[in-house]
Amino acid sequence: MVAESHAAHLSQFMKDVIADTPGGQKVVHCLQCGSCGGSCPNGSEMDFTPRAVFAMIAADRRDAVLQANTMWQCVSCYLCTARCPQEIPITEIMYALKRMAIREGKAGGSDAPALAKTFTDFVDRYGRSFEFGIATRYLLFNKPLSMLKMGGAGMSMFAKGRLALTPTKIRQVKQLQAIIDKARELSNED
Amino acid sequence: MKYAYYPGCSLESGSAAYDMSVRAVIEQLGFGLDELDDWNCCGATEYFSQNELVATSVIARNLALVDDQHDQLVAPCAACFLNLKKTDKLMAEQPKIRAKVDQALAAGGLRYQPGRVHVRHLLDVLYTDIGEEAIRAKVVQPLTGLRVAPYYGCQIVRPLNGFDNPEYPMKLDEMFTWLGAEVVDYPVKAHCCGGHMTQISEEHAFELIRRLLQSAADYRADLILCMCPMCQLNMDMYQGRVNNFFNTKFKLPIVYFTQMLGVALGIDMKKLGFGKELVAAEPVIRAKLEGQMAAATK
Amino acid sequence: MAEKIGVYVCHCGSNIAGKVDVEDIAKWAGENLDDVAVSRDYKFMCSSLGQQMIEEDIKKEKLTRVVVGACSPHLHEKTFRRACSNAGMNPYLMDLTNIREHCSWVHKDRAQATEKARALISAAVQRVKYQEPLEPMFVDVNPATLVIGGGIAGLQAALELADAGYHVYLVERMPSIGGHMAQFDKTFPTLDCSACILTPKMSEAGQHENITLLTYAELEEVSGSVGSFKVKIRQKARCVDYDACTGCGICVEKCPRKVLDTEFEAGMGNRKAIYMPFPQAVPRVPVIDQDSCIWFERQKCRACEKLCPTDAIKFDQQDELIDIEVGNIIIATGWKPFDSKKIPQYGYGRLANVYTSMEFERLCNAAGPTNGKIVMRDGKTVPKSIAIVHCVGSRDDRHNPYCSGVCCMASLKFGHLVLEKTDAEVYSFYIDMRTNQKNYEEFYQRLLGEGMRFVRGKVSEVTDAARMPTEQGKLIVQCEDTLIGRQQRYPVDMVILMGALEPQEDARELGLKCGISCSMDGWYTERHPKLDPVATMTDGVFVAGTCQGPKDIPASVAQGAAAAARVAGMITKGRVMIEPIVATINEQACSGCKICNNMCPYNAIEFLEDPGVSRVITALCKGCGTCVAACPAGVITGAHFNNKQIFSEIEGILWDALQPADDSSPQAEPVPASAS
Ligand SMILES: Cc1cc2nc3c(=O)[nH]c(=O)nc-3n(C[C@H](O)[C@H](O)[C@H](O)COP(=O)(O)OP(=O)(O)OC[C@H]3O[C@@H](n4cnc5c(N)ncnc54)[C@H](O)[C@@H]3O)c2cc1C
Ligand code: SF4
Ligand code: SF4
Ligand code: SF4
Ligand code: SF4
Ligand code: SF4
Ligand code: SF4
Repeated sequence: MVAESHAAHLSQFMKDVIADTPGGQKVVHCLQCGSCGGSCPNGSEMDFTPRAVFAMIAADRRDAVLQANTMWQCVSCYLCTARCPQEIPITEIMYALKRMAIREGKAGGSDAPALAKTFTDFVDRYGRSFEFGIATRYLLFNKPLSMLKMGGAGMSMFAKGRLALTPTKIRQVKQLQAIIDKARELSNED
Repeated sequence: MKYAYYPGCSLESGSAAYDMSVRAVIEQLGFGLDELDDWNCCGATEYFSQNELVATSVIARNLALVDDQHDQLVAPCAACFLNLKKTDKLMAEQPKIRAKVDQALAAGGLRYQPGRVHVRHLLDVLYTDIGEEAIRAKVVQPLTGLRVAPYYGCQIVRPLNGFDNPEYPMKLDEMFTWLGAEVVDYPVKAHCCGGHMTQISEEHAFELIRRLLQSAADYRADLILCMCPMCQLNMDMYQGRVNNFFNTKFKLPIVYFTQMLGVALGIDMKKLGFGKELVAAEPVIRAKLEGQMAAATK
Repeated sequence: MAEKIGVYVCHCGSNIAGKVDVEDIAKWAGENLDDVAVSRDYKFMCSSLGQQMIEEDIKKEKLTRVVVGACSPHLHEKTFRRACSNAGMNPYLMDLTNIREHCSWVHKDRAQATEKARALISAAVQRVKYQEPLEPMFVDVNPATLVIGGGIAGLQAALELADAGYHVYLVERMPSIGGHMAQFDKTFPTLDCSACILTPKMSEAGQHENITLLTYAELEEVSGSVGSFKVKIRQKARCVDYDACTGCGICVEKCPRKVLDTEFEAGMGNRKAIYMPFPQAVPRVPVIDQDSCIWFERQKCRACEKLCPTDAIKFDQQDELIDIEVGNIIIATGWKPFDSKKIPQYGYGRLANVYTSMEFERLCNAAGPTNGKIVMRDGKTVPKSIAIVHCVGSRDDRHNPYCSGVCCMASLKFGHLVLEKTDAEVYSFYIDMRTNQKNYEEFYQRLLGEGMRFVRGKVSEVTDAARMPTEQGKLIVQCEDTLIGRQQRYPVDMVILMGALEPQEDARELGLKCGISCSMDGWYTERHPKLDPVATMTDGVFVAGTCQGPKDIPASVAQGAAAAARVAGMITKGRVMIEPIVATINEQACSGCKICNNMCPYNAIEFLEDPGVSRVITALCKGCGTCVAACPAGVITGAHFNNKQIFSEIEGILWDALQPADDSSPQAEPVPASAS
């Protein structure tokens, strides 16, 4: 663990990542072993493997990392985290990088932020989600062509009663919204 | 110990079969599971990608809703399980986050003391709390001759599970040996199903799904058992498109482990939600268990 | 009381001064603490100038007591006691209090660290007033030595001492000495044949007139202390009469029961129920493995007994306890291999052609189960490609955080052997290539030249789940090649896992018996990591070889020799000083209840029938204080730790909470019931 007194020597980007990730201080212990990059089911699709990303964070290559697709290719399977010999919370760092990229407006290259937004908008409104509806809505607005490809399977799902058209609404939506509003407000504070 | 039940959004619609079979099995085993009143979405992976504090607060509402009568919260969905558990842990270990979550919850008139509720996955509860003896005692239709491939996926066994090996889990394997099934020990049982990769990079998602189907098929599985709505969706709904894309001929039914547990306990297949999967499971099951099944229903 | 106390607060460079305001404390002690005549701070109190300063003060100022605030007594208590002695003061009138490990090294806040140091100095000043002059005791050093563990380190130590003319008891728990080195084929970096360099040493030890070899034996119990340890050894039942057996081997040959040898052959070969682990075993006396023998299982067979030409088979032999007396003990119990099943993603135990490094040593060994032919588990197919996985269970917080030090070199050795014996491609998957001893880097260069392939990346998994036709039927090694930043898959026929070196299962237990401790990782703790690597905190107990931490053969041998030299020095000196810090029973007041007799962990209390009282045997007492606290009559005193000393120390710590002492003497304070 980095003693707080040593944190001053880290790159600014590293400091920010640590500040935004619970347990993130461990990242300074990365051995560059590549267990994470070798394990990731989506490693082959990433611009930079997680390992390379950690080297770039240390080297303060902020834009190159935040504009990369790496974290957007992460599906939170936690395989890297389970295997990292230094017990670095890699998946949580991927979440932090997603948040930073959105916050700094650098996530342009990926559809994933839009998908995430569609999803949480629904939850904000209804308190529950309905994943297929969300997927459809997302595709409709963002990738109309792929809707056509879905065709058959989508229809069968509908026929089997597995495709809801509206989400259920919880009773105390107001309460949930109050909580969300407060949390948003608090997170803007720092 | 009293158990509250958090079905999660998927079980309301897309994965109704999971919900139906969970309820049927729990009833048959004579076990109490009370649905959490007015629960809200766990946020899947999406809130954490945007705002950690909102994510934690939204999820913490569910923990706060668990009343004093209950101390266990059981989730069947992998993502819900992980998110609920992670939130409890974050609140317990990160005082800065906890202070803010407390404020957010207070805005809704709620409060939650981290550690009060034990978040459990359904498999853990069935395996550990109900246990081998009780389950074996209720088996009326042994799954003899059926080759099942247990699929654990990722988020249940990693990273916070504490009840099974994160790399090579065995609990579901063991449970199905209690039921008399032939359990297929194949290497990808805890590999990734691709999660929402289908919406990010479809072709790559197909490849991830193909690897799972291929390995199960190589090991001559009759069907795959899963315990997460996302896994079921990916391997079932996309199986046809995977076949088209790779020119393969997989025809592997993907069923929830509770559905097959239900069959072994002698519950009517209709009550277990069979028929909702796109790759039909019933014919395969009937073919394998034939003779035996007829005998059991009499 | 007119004591004149000198207080010396050390900076330890910036080690202490960096976090503790030493100057302020020295000044404060001089001005505020009663009876302090001199109070100084100094850069390095342990330096000769520092010691000289104390000596001069004692003489000039006529000091009667000294307090030093510096590092751990483990490190410098002797130094400062000697300085006091030199100046004519009884050394036990000095107290060293630790303001480094207890203050500056463990606290972040300077003000708080300083306050704690101040309290400790105050405590030492209060305590030292009541310390009593003690006279050191001397014992003769028994010239015999116990060496535990007959690997290369223990062998070296035993031979050095035996050659110097001293008697050695060499205790080894396996049926033969030799340790891990006996299992190897070649040794890096020179590639000499392991057996060729080891067996001469083994037979020398076996025949040496000064060595008593106790194989198939383990340490049961140790008592006494440096110079005169009393040791109990358990000689496990061999079921073979050691003296009658000629080592002809007929019994082994004729024994009908074959079992898997998971020890010497690492599970790669078989042995009989009656066996010698390997042909060059020393001693050449077999043992019967009672768990496998047919006679012990169902009272049948006895073939060995019938055929033994010297009637040496003794089925009813029992374990035997042997008492020996020695002056010193050298522990050289070595290492055990990591259990590779703990990393399921590497497939060991599930995928047939995944091997551990020790299995591969046996596979390569000309005297091994395949006569050194490198073949796969089917016993015939020669692999076309082999992957060597580094750092399995090492450099991994989930298993062992340390680097095992030798496995990079062992990987290169394996690479060479494969390239020499087969046409296979060999890949090494490494994180960092650690080749930092004499001629090691040259060996790495040699393998680069021989065509071994190197991929920089820790292996993520080994699987049989093929994705492509070329992977069908292969073991696929998946990792990130970190030098090109891409995920890669390598289909190979065989995988070797370079497992970590781990401390022996019973290391802690054995250490406890001998009075030494282990680090967090489980290796024995040396007295000083740099300056005293083979001694331990317990006088007369030494460590050598891998039981102290992972190392190669040259370093193990060097430590074996070093430990022997230390022991020889003690023997030559003939006498050692032992601390006079022991318990005494006031025999006039002892009621003879015998409660203390059984409480003493060192069996140092005897009961004298005639006057009917207990008495402490000073030579055995370690001053632990157990009896002092246990005696219901309160008539046992622990020298250097009596009630007065302890209570005034506590008052000293609480200096800021207590009123300045005017009339309250320590005895006036309430005393806990058990101590009165
Ligand atoms: C795969 C591999 C290859 C290697 N190849 C080389 C090489 O080529 N060159 C090189 O320099 N180094 C090599 N090494 C390192 C080498 O193994 C060690 O340096 C060496 O074995 C250390 O010797 P040792 O005497 O300390 O311990 P060990 O060889 O482990 O011997 C310890 C002995 O103590 C005995 N013992 C243990 N506990 C007790 C007890 N409680 N009571 C009585 N006896 C006990 C054991 O039975 C054993 O006989 C290799 C290591 C590995 C893993
Ligand atoms: S958690 Fe994300 S980065 Fe880690 S292995 Fe899974 S997909 Fe890859
Ligand atoms: S697995 Fe951990 S230590 Fe290794 S490269 Fe990835 S983050 Fe770094
Ligand atoms: S009695 Fe036991 S050791 Fe002797 S030959 Fe028979 S099986 Fe072997
Ligand atoms: S047959 Fe007898 S003498 Fe020969 S090795 Fe066996 S026990 Fe020893
Ligand atoms: S010596 Fe090499 S293989 Fe062994 S632990 Fe150290 S780095 Fe890893
Ligand atoms: S102080 Fe007492 S109990 Fe401790 S070793 Fe000495 S005699 Fe035994």
